[in-house]
Amino acid sequence: MLLLLLLIPLASAALALAIAADTPRRLILTLAAAAHLALTVAAFAAPPAAALGGLLDLDPLGHLFLAATSLLFLAASVYAVGYLRAEGKGQRRDFQEGAAFSNAPERIFTACLLVFLAAMTLVACTRNLGALWVGVEGTTLASAPLIYFHRHRRSLEATWKYLLICSVGIALALLGNILLSVAFYDPAAASTSMNLTDLAARAHVAQAPWLKAAFICILVGYGVKMGLAPMHNWLPDAHSQSPSLVSALLSGALLNCAFLGILRAHQICVLTGLEAFSQELLTIFGLISMATAAAFIVGQGDYKRLLAYSSVEHMGLLALSVGVGGGAVFGGMLHLLGHSLTKGMLFLVSGNILALYRTRSCHDTRGMARAMPITAALWTAGFLAIAGSPPFGLFVSEFSVLSAMIRQGHTAIACATLTSLAVIFVGMSVPVLRMVQGPRPPAVTGEAREDFFAVAPPLALCALVLMLGLYLPESLIVILTRAAGVVVKGL
Amino acid sequence: MNVAALFEPLMIALILTNLALLVTSRTGVLIRLIAAQGAILAFAPLFPSSNLPVHLALLCLAVFAIKAVAFPYLLSRTLRRIDADPLIEPYLGANLSAAAGIGGLLFSLWLEHRLPVPPGLFAPLLFPAALTTIFTGLILVVTRKNALTQVIGYLAAENGIFLFGAPLSRQGSVWLELSILLDVFVGVFVMGIAIHHINKTFESIDVDRFCTLRD
Repeated sequence: MLLLLLLIPLASAALALAIAADTPRRLILTLAAAAHLALTVAAFAAPPAAALGGLLDLDPLGHLFLAATSLLFLAASVYAVGYLRAEGKGQRRDFQEGAAFSNAPERIFTACLLVFLAAMTLVACTRNLGALWVGVEGTTLASAPLIYFHRHRRSLEATWKYLLICSVGIALALLGNILLSVAFYDPAAASTSMNLTDLAARAHVAQAPWLKAAFICILVGYGVKMGLAPMHNWLPDAHSQSPSLVSALLSGALLNCAFLGILRAHQICVLTGLEAFSQELLTIFGLISMATAAAFIVGQGDYKRLLAYSSVEHMGLLALSVGVGGGAVFGGMLHLLGHSLTKGMLFLVSGNILALYRTRSCHDTRGMARAMPITAALWTAGFLAIAGSPPFGLFVSEFSVLSAMIRQGHTAIACATLTSLAVIFVGMSVPVLRMVQGPRPPAVTGEAREDFFAVAPPLALCALVLMLGLYLPESLIVILTRAAGVVVKGL
Repeated sequence: MNVAALFEPLMIALILTNLALLVTSRTGVLIRLIAAQGAILAFAPLFPSSNLPVHLALLCLAVFAIKAVAFPYLLSRTLRRIDADPLIEPYLGANLSAAAGIGGLLFSLWLEHRLPVPPGLFAPLLFPAALTTIFTGLILVVTRKNALTQVIGYLAAENGIFLFGAPLSRQGSVWLELSILLDVFVGVFVMGIAIHHINKTFESIDVDRFCTLRD
C-alpha cells in the first residue's frame, strides 16, 4: 500500500507527460490527488505494513504530515483545473514590467506537480534518514520548474535563488546525515542502517560531540528549506513569483516536509539524551523566525510576500513548540495541520485576487468586497484564521502552545511569542482589511473569476480550519496525540 | 601493496585542486579542475582496505561516470552554448579567496585533533581534505557572480561531503549512495537548464543582474 502511495503520483506523472489533450490530463491530476488522499485516509483505519525492506515505513508522525500534504494537494489540483484553463497558451504581457512572456508547457507543469507529490510522499513515508534526504532533494528539483511556470525575469530570478540556496542547504543536511553515521560508527558492524529503529537500538554507543555537530548541520540544512530565519531569503521570492496554487503547496506542504527532517533528527537527540541541546536550538531559531517575520510583515506592500513572511512566522512557532516540548508539542501538531490548510486557502484566494486586479500590491488592490464578494469573504476569514483569532483552529493550537509554555515556566518565551503575534496581527490586518474595503479602482475592469474551481477548494479548506477550531473529533485527537508522542518520546 | 601510502598523495592532490579552484579566473579551467576532483573521488571508497566487494566497485564506477565525465560534459556544453565570457569577475579576488581556502585548511587540521574521531574510520588527511573541499565550494558559491561558477562551487561542496561519507560507504547501502548521486545529477541538469534560460532572458549569466526581488 505504501508503494502504491508512491507509484500513483509517479505513474500519473508519466501519463500526464504522454497525453497531449489538456482536459484528460487535468482529470488525471485530480483523480491521482483524490486516490492519494483516499489511500492516506484508509491507512488510518488499517496501518500499512512496511515496504521495500523497511525503507517505506509510515509512523504516526509521518502519517500526520502525509495527511496534511495529501489534503492540500487535492485542493490545489482542483484549483489547478480552473487555473490552467484560464491561463491558456501563447504570449502574454507581464503586468509588472510590460515584457512579453509565455508559460511553461502545461504537460510539464502537471508532471512536475505529480512528481513533487511523490517526493513529498517519500519524505513522509520513510523513517530512514538517507531516503528522507533523497526525498527532500527530490522536492526541490520537482518544484523548481513549478516556480518558473510564468517564464519571465522575476520568476527566473526566484527559481535560481531557490534552486541554489536550497541545494546548498540540503547538501549541508547530507553532511549532517554523514556526521550522524560517524556518531553511530561501529567498526565491528557489517552494515549500518540509517533507519530510526536501528539507530535507537544503538543509542547508547552514540558519541555526543558528533551527534551535536550532526544536529546543527541538519537543522541549518533543512532549516533553509523550512524557511527558518535567518536562512529564509529564498522563501518570499519563490512564494511571490510562483503560480498561486504552487505557492499554496510550497507553503502548506513543502515547508512541513523540511520540518519533518528536523523532527527526525530531534527524535535521535531525544533517544540519545541530547534533547535539551536540540530543544534549545529549536527555541532560538523559532524566536528569531517569529521576530524576523514580524519585522517584515509590518509595512509589507505585496500581499503574496505578506503571506510568505507569515509562513516564516508559523514555521518559527512550530519550531518553538517542539523547542518547549512537553504539552506544547500536541499544540504544535495541531498548528501544523491548521497552518497547512489555512495558508493553502489564503494562497489559492490570492490567486483569484491576482487574476482580477493584476497586481500584487496591497495598495492598488481595493474594493474586493464589491468586486469579488466570495473571495473577499474568504480572504477576511483566512486572515482571521492565520492571525490566530477564534473560532478558527489556529486559535486553539496557538492557545495550547502558549499555555503549555507558561505551565512549564517559560514565561519569557511566551511573552516574546505573544509580542510577535500581536505585532503580526496588527501588521497584517491593515493591508488585508484595506484591500477588502473601499471603492473598486476604475482601472480594474473585467469579471472576477469566482467559478467552482476558483472558490470551492479554498472554501473547503476554510470549513476544515473552522471545524478544527469548533470541534476536534476524537479520532483526530488520537492521531495528533500519537504524532506528538513520537516527537516527545523519540520513537 | 600498501594502499594507505597511495591515499595521502591523492588527498594532497585534492587539496591542491581546491586551491587552484579558488585562484583560477577561467571557467574552462574550473570545469577541468572539478573533473579532476571527480576522478580523485572515484578512488576514495577503495580505502582503507584493498579488498573490493562488488557493490563498492559499482559505486566507484558510478562516481567516476557522473563526477568525472557527466558533470564536466554538462558544464562545458552549457558553457559552449551560452557563449559566455570565459573570464569570471569574483566579488572576492584570487588572493583573498586563496587565503580563505588556506584558512579553511588550517581550521580543518586543527579541528581534526579536537574531535574524537573513531579510530580507523578516517584515513590520514581525509578529514582535512574533505572539510577544505566543502569550504572551497561554499566560498565559490558565495563570492562568485557567475551562475556557472556557483554551480561548480555547489559541486565542490558536494564532493567534499561525498569524501566525508566515503569511509562509511563500506557499511552503508549502495542504492542510497546511488540515489544521492542521481539526485545531484538531476540537480545539476536542472541548474544547467536554468542557466540556459538565464542567459536567454538576461543576456548574461551574471547573477548581479538579479536585483528585482527584495524587500
